[in-house]
Amino acid sequence: MKKADKNITRRSFLKRVGAGSAVLATGAITGCVGSGQQSTTSTVAGKKSIGEMTYRTCPSSGDRVSILGYGCMRWPTKKDSNNPDEEIIDQDAVNDLVDYALKHGVNYFDTSPVYCKGESERATGIALSRHPRNSYFIATKASNFNEKTWPLEKSVEMYRNSLKMLQTDYIDYYLLHSIGQNGMEAFNNRYINNGFLDFILKERQAGHIRNLGFSYHGDIAVFDYLLANHDKYKWDFVQIQLNYVDWNHASGRNTNASYLYDELDKRGIPAVIMEPLLGGRLADMPDYLARQFKERRPEDSFARWAFRYAGTPPHVLTVLSGMSYMEHLEDNLATYSPLEPCTADELEFLEEVAKGFISSDAVPCTRCQYCMPCPYGLDIPSIFDHYNKMVNDGTIEKTTRSDAYNSARRKFLVGYDRSVPKLRQASHCIGCKQCESHCPQSIKIARRMQKIDSYVETLKRGEIYDAQS
Amino acid sequence: MLRKIRIVLALVFLSGISLLFLDLTGILHRWLAWMAKLQFIPAVLALNVVAVAFLVILTFLFGRVYCSVICPLGVFQDIVSWLSGKRRGKCFRFRFRKPATWLRLVVLGAFIASLVAGISIIYTLIEPYSAFGRMMSALAAPLYGLTNNLFASVAERADSYLFYSVDVWFKSMPVLIAAIVTFIIITVIAWSRGRLYCNTICPVGTVLGTISRYSVFGIKINKSKCNGCGLCSKACKSECIDGEAHRVDYSRCVACWDCIGTCKHGAISFTRKSGCHAATSEDVKPDGSRRKFLAAVGVVGTAAAVKGTEKIVDGGLAVIEDKKIPDRKTPIAPPGAIGLNHLKQHCTACQLCISQCPNEVLRPSSDIETLFQPVVSFERGYCRPECSTCSQVCPAGAIKAITAEERTAIQVGHAVWIKENCVPLTDGVECGNCARHCPAGAIMMVPSEPGNEESLKIPAVNAERCIGCGACENLCPSRPFSAIYVEGHRLHRQI
Repeated sequence: MKKADKNITRRSFLKRVGAGSAVLATGAITGCVGSGQQSTTSTVAGKKSIGEMTYRTCPSSGDRVSILGYGCMRWPTKKDSNNPDEEIIDQDAVNDLVDYALKHGVNYFDTSPVYCKGESERATGIALSRHPRNSYFIATKASNFNEKTWPLEKSVEMYRNSLKMLQTDYIDYYLLHSIGQNGMEAFNNRYINNGFLDFILKERQAGHIRNLGFSYHGDIAVFDYLLANHDKYKWDFVQIQLNYVDWNHASGRNTNASYLYDELDKRGIPAVIMEPLLGGRLADMPDYLARQFKERRPEDSFARWAFRYAGTPPHVLTVLSGMSYMEHLEDNLATYSPLEPCTADELEFLEEVAKGFISSDAVPCTRCQYCMPCPYGLDIPSIFDHYNKMVNDGTIEKTTRSDAYNSARRKFLVGYDRSVPKLRQASHCIGCKQCESHCPQSIKIARRMQKIDSYVETLKRGEIYDAQS
Repeated sequence: MLRKIRIVLALVFLSGISLLFLDLTGILHRWLAWMAKLQFIPAVLALNVVAVAFLVILTFLFGRVYCSVICPLGVFQDIVSWLSGKRRGKCFRFRFRKPATWLRLVVLGAFIASLVAGISIIYTLIEPYSAFGRMMSALAAPLYGLTNNLFASVAERADSYLFYSVDVWFKSMPVLIAAIVTFIIITVIAWSRGRLYCNTICPVGTVLGTISRYSVFGIKINKSKCNGCGLCSKACKSECIDGEAHRVDYSRCVACWDCIGTCKHGAISFTRKSGCHAATSEDVKPDGSRRKFLAAVGVVGTAAAVKGTEKIVDGGLAVIEDKKIPDRKTPIAPPGAIGLNHLKQHCTACQLCISQCPNEVLRPSSDIETLFQPVVSFERGYCRPECSTCSQVCPAGAIKAITAEERTAIQVGHAVWIKENCVPLTDGVECGNCARHCPAGAIMMVPSEPGNEESLKIPAVNAERCIGCGACENLCPSRPFSAIYVEGHRLHRQI
């Protein structure tokens, strides 16, 4: 946010996106593929078949990367047959998703040693190893967040384990994971003081790492430092959070995507996009915003808008999406085969939406699970998710109006118990704040929990007062 | 006609009282609580003069209508007996027997003596409404809850909020044993001998039977029409009609009026008895014996102790250990109970408050002195300030009716801090969850190092303000034993 005063506006986005946003004839694209909707317009007959995936080229390696990248952070899970309380990755479903994605042109798979309780790399490796190694690119990360993994041998062990889990002897895209989290000090501890970055650079030289980059959240000082030393490190790509809200309205410690993209653009570094949907929050809209979307493109999902936006800047290499369900994959494939960039008018519209969106009371949680597990047993993302749903569908607003109070109150409380077990609800947050340093969106988790808890408390008390009066 | 009215009313009462125990919405008691308050022994214990007078006058006028209509255990036995009679050739399985007057008086004496002496285990076991309550709360309510949860899971899929899931939890082993044994005994007796229980053991039956003996109206056999076939004796589930002698033992007649239709000659009618004296017998026939139940000690589940999970990878949920009941020096009585003694002396242990407590705070006591009576604990929830459900439903006046406002001014106990468990000291993290949730503002967070404002804060209890609701104990992150727990007060105080 420190550089927000650079005053990058919607106009500058347009300028930079400029030539890239070739406006395709909208009439031909109105059929929404894959979502089962039938077109009602007479010019287009029913479902449109998926065309060719859009590809972008990585300048340093010449890789032809699909604009849709597969985020392996949200693999589908199922109940463990040995331990019914435990959720494990559903490998069969992962295999199906990977097969389908590869078949339809997706060739970039992004994972990390910490995703899915540390099981993502293994599952991704199993699914990918069933295909020729040159048919896809693997991205994984140096996720040495825990202090115990700071010594060089421990960090190197994490890197070697990634190769083993992914069943490969080279990594196409290797990232320093989430630099900026906890500032320069954490960065130095993780990569500089222990000589881990030197090791990584050598691995790139040896060809074991084909492209080197970093992903950024949090303290902008680290981002600026790494780019200032671009001549030394020669970053092949950088992963940033970009969507139409974060372009000019990044929350918390995060930096506006307009600044990040501009800095990369100046140096000719391609951007890999994460959180194009803001953790799914841009896939659902409050009613008054939803209407505006549907008026423009009645058959497009909200997600489709967000993905088109993220793919619009020309130096975006790939847009990552953590697709848990085949329907998400199909919808995204349709969006990007080929990509129809946003028009200038649409970009203006999305900026207006973003302004409305940030004024909402919703918690900017992306369900990334970085905060979990909470040592005191809370299910933090599920609590925020339930609250956000209630904000979006107007339930919270209704509890302030007496006529709709009872049904809204019931909806919130009953839905709360369904979404989150009682012992994992906000009332058990002790405010230790151990989670807050892990949150890439820098949400004040403890404060939001206490706010939600006191709201629940008023609902619970209101029930009886209301009934007795 | 009379019989049909009786059956309809009986079913209304039985289903009303059953619903009172089963209700999951927490609102039915507003319309149905009076049915429980009309129960004889609870009304006596509550000194409910209106209800007792009504029942006495009702009985004096029409006989033991109470036993056939209002008493849920009586109606339950009628249903069992009716089902038994549906078997081929079993419809007329009774015969006139002499009353077991001495046994009835002895049981009644023991009942009254135990009431006066405050030996709750005796009178709670014999009392018919309580026996029914235990059966409902320990046997029927869990089934009802599970059925509801089935609907709730369907509703959840349909995105409906009509049904919601409730916790079905095992409250007490002694109550379950007592309920099963009662159910078996009552069912077996009613299956073969109809209302034998009501006419030998039940103290309410004995008291009302004494009044009914002199009731104004009663069934009467017209000797001129009677041909002495004895069918009425064989059909009478109370075994109180001596058809050959044209006599009826009104102390045992429960005014079911089945006999009126049974008589093929129209010889039996319900009419003014006008000086007709009941048949009595000096014979004492000891019959049936009441099992004495022993309290089994509930087993408290233990879970493996797991400290706060260290974060290395993303996602997953930390294991939450179950809370264990702390060793309270004084048990806690629910607000409205006035004190431990009042509760003990008035409660018939019908389980109504326990089954209706929405916060899962009340559970049956396992202590032999207060067996089955409600006791407060906070492992599953806390006594929420806006709730006074238990006081609203209690038919016996053991928990006096109070409003939500009055409830917040009653001190049922006070919180005690256990330094050794407190997470700012054990885990070195900020907490204050107890203070944040205290509805009375009785907990203050103070620096753990005196004078050092920067040090982690620990709770300090102002016992004068504490109302003993248990929010602090329930929401304390320390497990299995909380770092703050509530000690009961023998006598509740007003603040």
